[in-house]
Amino acid sequence: FRGAKEKNHLIYKPYSNGIIAKEPMSSRDLGAASQEFEMSDIFYFCRRGVESIMDDEVTKRFSAEELESWNLLTRSNYNFQHISLRLTVLWGLGVLVRYGFLLPLRVTLAFTGVGLLVVLTSIVGLLPSGRTKNFLSEKVHLMCYRICVRALTAIITYHNSENKPKNGGICVANHTSPIDVIILASDGCYAMVGQIHGGLMGVIQRAMVKACPHIWFERSEVKDRHLVAKRLSDHVEDKTKLPILIFPEGTCINNTSVMMFKKGSFEIGTTVYPVAIKYDPRFAEAFWNSSKYGMVNYLLRMMSSWAVVCSVWYLPPMRREEGEDAVQFANRVKAAIARQGGLVDLLWDGGLKRAKVKDTFKEEQQKLYSKMLVGGSFLPWGTFYIERGVY
Amino acid sequence: MGSRASTLLREEEIEEIKKETGFSHSQITRLYSRFTSLDKGENGTLSREDFQRIPELAINPLGDRIINAFFPEGEDQVNFRGFMRTLAHFRPIEDNEKNKDPSGTEPLNSRTNKLLFAFRLYDLDRDDKISRDELLQVLRMMVGVNISDEQLGSIADRTIQEADQNGDNSISFNEFIKVLEKVDVEQKMSIRFLH
Repeated sequence: FRGAKEKNHLIYKPYSNGIIAKEPMSSRDLGAASQEFEMSDIFYFCRRGVESIMDDEVTKRFSAEELESWNLLTRSNYNFQHISLRLTVLWGLGVLVRYGFLLPLRVTLAFTGVGLLVVLTSIVGLLPSGRTKNFLSEKVHLMCYRICVRALTAIITYHNSENKPKNGGICVANHTSPIDVIILASDGCYAMVGQIHGGLMGVIQRAMVKACPHIWFERSEVKDRHLVAKRLSDHVEDKTKLPILIFPEGTCINNTSVMMFKKGSFEIGTTVYPVAIKYDPRFAEAFWNSSKYGMVNYLLRMMSSWAVVCSVWYLPPMRREEGEDAVQFANRVKAAIARQGGLVDLLWDGGLKRAKVKDTFKEEQQKLYSKMLVGGSFLPWGTFYIERGVY
Repeated sequence: MGSRASTLLREEEIEEIKKETGFSHSQITRLYSRFTSLDKGENGTLSREDFQRIPELAINPLGDRIINAFFPEGEDQVNFRGFMRTLAHFRPIEDNEKNKDPSGTEPLNSRTNKLLFAFRLYDLDRDDKISRDELLQVLRMMVGVNISDEQLGSIADRTIQEADQNGDNSISFNEFIKVLEKVDVEQKMSIRFLH
């Protein structure tokens, strides 16, 4: 797979695989010249509505990206029917290799990596706090994450390592899968943030926090935004503690776009280190569609793919500027990440994966139309309708 | 290959849809992909909820009326044929040059049929007339709470006055066509494919 390493930068071009041409309609399409209600005004809403039925910017972010040519994994086979006998044979051979050889090897490695992580962090946890403990903790974490990277056969290219996150800062990245954590943590040491789980996950979390301070929340504490903010700020003020790793989208997106960043991490007054992660979809579908597959199922699929090929860009650190509020800052960081990773920059909330869109957005549309009717002024195009990137 | 074999579109079906709607082979397969991705229940039909899950459509003030246009009277599910038949209204008219229908039946995307589609968005009770009350209701959907009843009423009155020719205080389809005769319906009610 050495040839896979970033040979072709075209993979990371902006994703623009829409099926219809969304021509901008000017506000002159409404009310014609008179800026009053015309019966033809309905065409405007009608066409925009049908356009969104044919192709919209949001729903496609929550399912795996369609490939242009088949990568011999049945799971990516949405539109490719039986093409030829030769391809079937190749696929069959692929299955043998992947499930018979690669998967068992990788699963063994994964168990080793996780097992070592739990055992060694617990041992390091017995040491008194100090330089030795931190040093050993770092080494242990890095080593175990690197074993896990091998377990996935992840071929990662890191760019601009001079911008790697430093203590007292917050690292933010776009979220595609739980594997994002392994990819970043095998190249640097971070304080993780998350909810305490039960089961194996909980065991791992409890062991890790013995060796160095991670930020785990009880389920009930997660809702309390002030508590969360306080713990995060306390952490970043202590310069001996590691940079915090956060995924502000709050949910996994399919790596073709970056969706709304929750402003919480951007309210804490510290340096933000943006990181862009882009997976090459030809080798594995890295996106975790949590409504379709559970975590274990997902990990097995990852470990039986060809490889996980991705690029990581460490972007220059950013700070909130004078007169910029948390939301604007969050959007600025998001735009930088989207630009670097060749991802579509959307303001839509990733939470729309599960929740309905709020009525306030429709009310905004109605308000804008009404303004035109009674105000009689031309509104600039960008403010009128939901354009990609406005909401 | 793969478990989706049962839901793949058969060639004969594609041909029939091609004849009926005028979409090309690749456009039909693209839209079939889209149809199946919207069909969360995976039962080969779409319900109103499936449409409402599209955020850009949910925030469209006339979203519910547009969704309604896909469902024949009294039905709650639309299959792929019905889906395509409705979408066919939005094909650009110039695309018709490629496959002229010899039997002479009017294509779904003719100017008249595009106008009929829009007319039906206004005509809530499907009685082929837009009454003052229906016009008011649709206007109310478009403006929300931002305009008073009186103002909206006078807008409706003015509109009907301008359009109504036979004095029945409502707008028939022919009167609708007349009002919009200068409007470039073809351009406003067409959606172009990238391929």
